[in-house]
Amino acid sequence: MTDITNAPAGPRKATSTELVAASLKRRRRKQMRLQWIGLGAISIAFLMLFILVASLVSTGWQAFTQTHLTLEVYVDPEEIPEERLPRGGFDDALAASLGQMLPGVDMSDRATARAVEGILSNGAQFELRDRVVSDPSLIGQSVTMTVPVSDPYDQLNKGLIERATPEVNRRVKDNEIAWFDTLAENGAISKPFNFGLFANADSRFPELAGLKGALVGSFWALLTCFVISFPLGIGAAIYLEEFAPKNKLSDFIEVNINNLAAVPSVVFGLLALAVFIGWFGLPRSAPFVGGLTLALMTMPTIIIATRAALKAVPPSIREAALGLGASKQQVVFQHVLPLAMPGILTGTIIGLAQALGETAPLLLIGMNAFITSAASSPFDSSTALPTQIFIWADSPERGFVSRTSAAILVLLGFLVMMNAVAIYLRQKFERKW
Amino acid sequence: MNDMRKIERDANMTDTKITARGVNVYYGDTHAIKDVNIEITDKTVTAFIGPSGCGKSTFLRCLNRMNDTIDICRVTGEIRIDDQDINHKSVDPVQLRAQVGMVFQKPNPFPKSIYDNIAYGPRIHGLAKSKVELDEIVEKSLRRGAIWDEVKDRLDEPGTGLSGGQQQRLCIARAIATEPEVLLMDEPCSALDPIATAQVEELIDELHRDYSVVIVTHSMQQAARVSQKTAFFHLGNLVEFNDTSEIFTNPTDTRTESYITGRIG
Repeated sequence: MTDITNAPAGPRKATSTELVAASLKRRRRKQMRLQWIGLGAISIAFLMLFILVASLVSTGWQAFTQTHLTLEVYVDPEEIPEERLPRGGFDDALAASLGQMLPGVDMSDRATARAVEGILSNGAQFELRDRVVSDPSLIGQSVTMTVPVSDPYDQLNKGLIERATPEVNRRVKDNEIAWFDTLAENGAISKPFNFGLFANADSRFPELAGLKGALVGSFWALLTCFVISFPLGIGAAIYLEEFAPKNKLSDFIEVNINNLAAVPSVVFGLLALAVFIGWFGLPRSAPFVGGLTLALMTMPTIIIATRAALKAVPPSIREAALGLGASKQQVVFQHVLPLAMPGILTGTIIGLAQALGETAPLLLIGMNAFITSAASSPFDSSTALPTQIFIWADSPERGFVSRTSAAILVLLGFLVMMNAVAIYLRQKFERKW
Repeated sequence: MNDMRKIERDANMTDTKITARGVNVYYGDTHAIKDVNIEITDKTVTAFIGPSGCGKSTFLRCLNRMNDTIDICRVTGEIRIDDQDINHKSVDPVQLRAQVGMVFQKPNPFPKSIYDNIAYGPRIHGLAKSKVELDEIVEKSLRRGAIWDEVKDRLDEPGTGLSGGQQQRLCIARAIATEPEVLLMDEPCSALDPIATAQVEELIDELHRDYSVVIVTHSMQQAARVSQKTAFFHLGNLVEFNDTSEIFTNPTDTRTESYITGRIG
């Protein structure tokens, strides 16, 4: 009421303090909103990552063990005479041994005998053969061996085939489950760590299939990629950053290198197919060609990372060296490059990690072939980790489902390892000034 | 050069070390230095003063051809050091910079050990024939840089771990390790506190017995304290060049007077 009498005409003007206070509320709300959105984005990203890894682990962990059967095989000289080695009735010897372990099963019936033999992996007879061939004195004796069981029994043992399922919908019939249970009761069944996953090359039989071929192929391909792209990438970056005149041509080159880094990888695969395999006649499916292709893709990444690292070296260091009478080349190699090394190495490793996971170009040069032995040189046919995943994901056998996930986990493991190395190198070589 | 002559030169201070005739510098289209003529005397401290952007640092960098490293920079005119045209085709800038040392505004030691910082110049120029000789050069340079006592026990530690003032004296020691004849200093104390500044100024005073020192400075007090000759630059022109005492007490140009009395700057 008193206001009316005292106030001059018109509403009182707010002081700037009041205006600031009013706007402060609004600004705080805005900031809080932004923080919550950021937090939400990170949570969603983490959730996705968690779901991805969890689903991989939940299907993949089974592949890190493999059901094995321990049995005693009598190497019958009548079935396996020494003079006929390496041929002989190894499968019959195994079947006879299984027959003894399953009393009451009529092994004279051909169909039953074949079904019993099916408990063992197809690789068992070759393992027996290899042992006998390397030591023929085993003929006439009993050999104890632990061999993988075939995929359906492995699935049964891991609980991936439900016993409750009606028999017609089950890959393992009731009598086969009974055999398996008899063997298990006798303590012949074990489930050790699946060393075969890393020690074996690819196979048609999931219980025998492993990643060795893919790991070796990826190793050769990455080695080739590194040996080619690292020196070329750094050389190109040093020239462009330190020596090249700044003109239209160098601008044009820079734009093109940046574009090259964004070219879809399948295009590099087509290029490699046409040039390396078509024109130069390099072998198909070879990790060397894969490495060349990956080098084409990695080089722009390395060039861009190296240029950024060179640019980040403070000009004061260059001036200091130039002022002392160092030549341009001495400045670059004695001062700038060592200081840029952490950045260069980080960029290179991230580029290589990208190359490790690259699939499309390798498919085009035939690195998705079915190859059952690891490459002994970069020119042998081979697969690589991502193409092996591609092949397994495409295979119909149940056992490959968990193996695909396991292979993805292995690939992710290598990627995490490479990134960890990058972080370590960056911290180790980073120098303060 | 024998000692007799050296004493003689110290006494009369009239030998010209650097002669510049009609020097122009262009950054692209910008005319940064306009027709500068100057004669810099041997074994004296010459200070370049002037407001920011007046071209004093640019002109300093002409004296060891550091402007060559800037693509768009173009220098015309004639600069002679001991009667040698430094812009002549036959002169290698690398050799010139061994002869004309430089200390920069911001202390910029290499991220290497104190020893390696000093030894770098002598190493690349092959000044030491043995490790013993190199050790001697390092010690001598650090002593002349007035920093030996502070670092003699930790020559293996990184030069970047020193304080700002120590780093700058390290950089001066590094510059004189290659035995230059001229020492260029581009605002060497602008990043230092008053105590470190005083130490560096004392050092500059020491150094001018052996070198021609050219120092760019923002501080007129510093110019008055350390230099015997002062040049005043304004908008790319060399306005006035005379004995320091004359410039500060009896300037002939009104622009110089305005600047030293604080009316422009």
